[in-house]
Amino acid sequence: MVGGRETRKMNTYQAVRDAMSIVLARDDNAVVFGEDVAFGGVFRCTLGLAEEFGRERVFNTPLTEQGIAGFGIGMAMMGHTAVAEIQFADYIFPAFDQLVNEAAKIRYRSGGSFDVGGLTIRTPTMSVGHGGLYHSQSPEGFFMGAAGLKVVIPRSPLQAKGLLLASIRDPNPVIFMEPKILYRSAVEQVPEDDFHLPIGKAEVLIPGSDVTVLAWGTPVYNAENAIEFLKNPPAAIESLVPPSLRSAKIELIDLRSILPWDVETVVESVKKTGRLVIVHEAGMTAGAGAEISAEVQKRCFLKLSAPVKRVTGWDLPNALQYEKFHIPDSIRILDAIMETLSY
Amino acid sequence: MASLARTRLPRRLPQLGLRSIQTSADTTSLKHTPSDPSQPLTVKIHEESFHSYNCDKPDLEVQVTRDELLKMYRQMQTMRRMEMAADALYKAKLVRGFCHLAIGQEAVSVGLENGIEKNDRVITAYRCHPFAVMRGGTITGVLGELLGRQVGMSHGKGGSMHIFTPTFFGGNGIVGAQVPVGTGISFAQKYLGEKHCTFTLYGDGASNQGQVFESFNMAKLWNLPTVFVCENNKYGMGTSAERSSSNTQYFTRGDKIPGLQVNGMDIIATKQAVQFARQWAVEKENGPLLLEFVTYRYGGHSMSDPGTTYRTREEVQRMRSTQDPIRGLQRYIEEWGIATEQELKALDKAAKAEVDAAVEEAKASPEPLDKDLWTDIYYKGTEPPFMRGREREEVHHY
Repeated sequence: MVGGRETRKMNTYQAVRDAMSIVLARDDNAVVFGEDVAFGGVFRCTLGLAEEFGRERVFNTPLTEQGIAGFGIGMAMMGHTAVAEIQFADYIFPAFDQLVNEAAKIRYRSGGSFDVGGLTIRTPTMSVGHGGLYHSQSPEGFFMGAAGLKVVIPRSPLQAKGLLLASIRDPNPVIFMEPKILYRSAVEQVPEDDFHLPIGKAEVLIPGSDVTVLAWGTPVYNAENAIEFLKNPPAAIESLVPPSLRSAKIELIDLRSILPWDVETVVESVKKTGRLVIVHEAGMTAGAGAEISAEVQKRCFLKLSAPVKRVTGWDLPNALQYEKFHIPDSIRILDAIMETLSY
Repeated sequence: MASLARTRLPRRLPQLGLRSIQTSADTTSLKHTPSDPSQPLTVKIHEESFHSYNCDKPDLEVQVTRDELLKMYRQMQTMRRMEMAADALYKAKLVRGFCHLAIGQEAVSVGLENGIEKNDRVITAYRCHPFAVMRGGTITGVLGELLGRQVGMSHGKGGSMHIFTPTFFGGNGIVGAQVPVGTGISFAQKYLGEKHCTFTLYGDGASNQGQVFESFNMAKLWNLPTVFVCENNKYGMGTSAERSSSNTQYFTRGDKIPGLQVNGMDIIATKQAVQFARQWAVEKENGPLLLEFVTYRYGGHSMSDPGTTYRTREEVQRMRSTQDPIRGLQRYIEEWGIATEQELKALDKAAKAEVDAAVEEAKASPEPLDKDLWTDIYYKGTEPPFMRGREREEVHHY
């Protein structure tokens, strides 16, 4: 019991499963489908759902991402709740046309007579340490300009459950990207009831006044470590962290929704701190951080004490042997915070 | 290179062992006329009007009523008039952007509607205007949408290709993208236990898209009530079927899905094929079927295509004069003593008057309101706080 609510210790895949189980139990027209979901899926997010709710409602599809997306769109146009899994976010590109041209635009182009609000695409994203070229990418930025879609990325089991339930019930199509390394590594007490967390709202995790660090998904934890390193640098890097910076108050924000992103919360924070560091795993060029920094520089121009800094993956293929250099780790984030603070 | 391609590729690849389907519009013959005029006629469709692949052919002997023949005549004539009106509106620069006309293909849309039930679903691609009207829309709604007016089916926000009714899931503007969508629609029908199917249309041009084959596979795998309909008008944009497809027998391309190739110019054959497909998918629960209607478009692919650079004027003229679906039905009606030429002329006039009135109504309708630039992007009340407009000052706050 936490705060009067029954909770259970869950990791992220269990929380995702729990959310889908609630939807399947409460909504007879809800179905879950994707590659290998019937036996639990490659990350175990659908474990036991087929046994519990029947193979008519939780079923495997062929390995056809474009077809899966189009199929889900057709179902959602009939008023169904379609929860589709694209096995890795790296595989979403064959479905890109269906998502950007069909799912995102159907409400507008039909003048409101059809919509695919019942469609949710779940897909594992970001690096896992050894995913390599086609299993570690972060494609959220590619969808950022597709008005009509929503893009959500949770950071933890509790967040995943509340945001996934909200995404499935949201009357717009939602792409729900689950950071794959957090499936097992993130564990917390998660309420057992049916609850929603707001889409389009960022969350201030650590309040501060000197620099804003904005991240989503896995890098939220790297940023948290970086903030800790700044405060109490380990011996190996102590000489590199000037004592004058160690007492800086860092504000850490989890953006949570990439589309629409919470401009208000971010801008309010940057107006207070005058400094912004954006962290994401996707490459820098035209990544989500590019859009965010452009908007922040426009809205906070006279309040900025330093240029907006982006700590991102490199503009390179995400090769296996280089993966640990590719991801924006705590040291790179720490370095960026220090550079921004001392600009 | 081009000359090399010409020497290597004969203009028409010989189709070994397969007689090509005949596409005359008037080869159905009268078998029996009952003395009571309210009773249906018995007619026999030409046996070369159907070719099948892994399934039986539909019955060649069909019952048709006089009223039905006259209704279909009126519908085809009205659809052609509507398309001609769209053509004129385009040439008068009142319709801008894209416009794809189905003149010559009327026996497909009208035959489809007369062979299916109200709650069956239909989804197609570019050449969608007649389907939208047949599925319960209005001519004003179609022309209004082309003109970008409020009276349009999507309130002027869609334009060409973006027209819908509750059982017509659109015109779709991405080649082939409607095919998996139609597959999903039929899955929902099956899931809900509806006794209905989805007719998922695409052209010979879209037939080579990968997602079409993905859809075939899913529909067969899950035994869905999907009738895939290839409207083969012999040209995908400006490339002939023979130059784009290694197998132009589109009805055989569904692998384990049986197929039926149909004379798409004879309305009696198209309607019979549609009823056969519906029975296959819904009553017999045989799963998907692939229908191919061999038809012809008289005009270019779109308004910017004169339609004469990749085929000869003579070919178009020959199709118009010998295989026109409306003239074919006209001949049945006159020869079988259902109506006189005079009576048909009265129907033609009524069709023209109906379309003319719709043109005026559509033209009189205002353009969409500025505020609707911002609606229907997200469900009302769930929008982002703001959306950017065309210039710096134009930012819409919800």
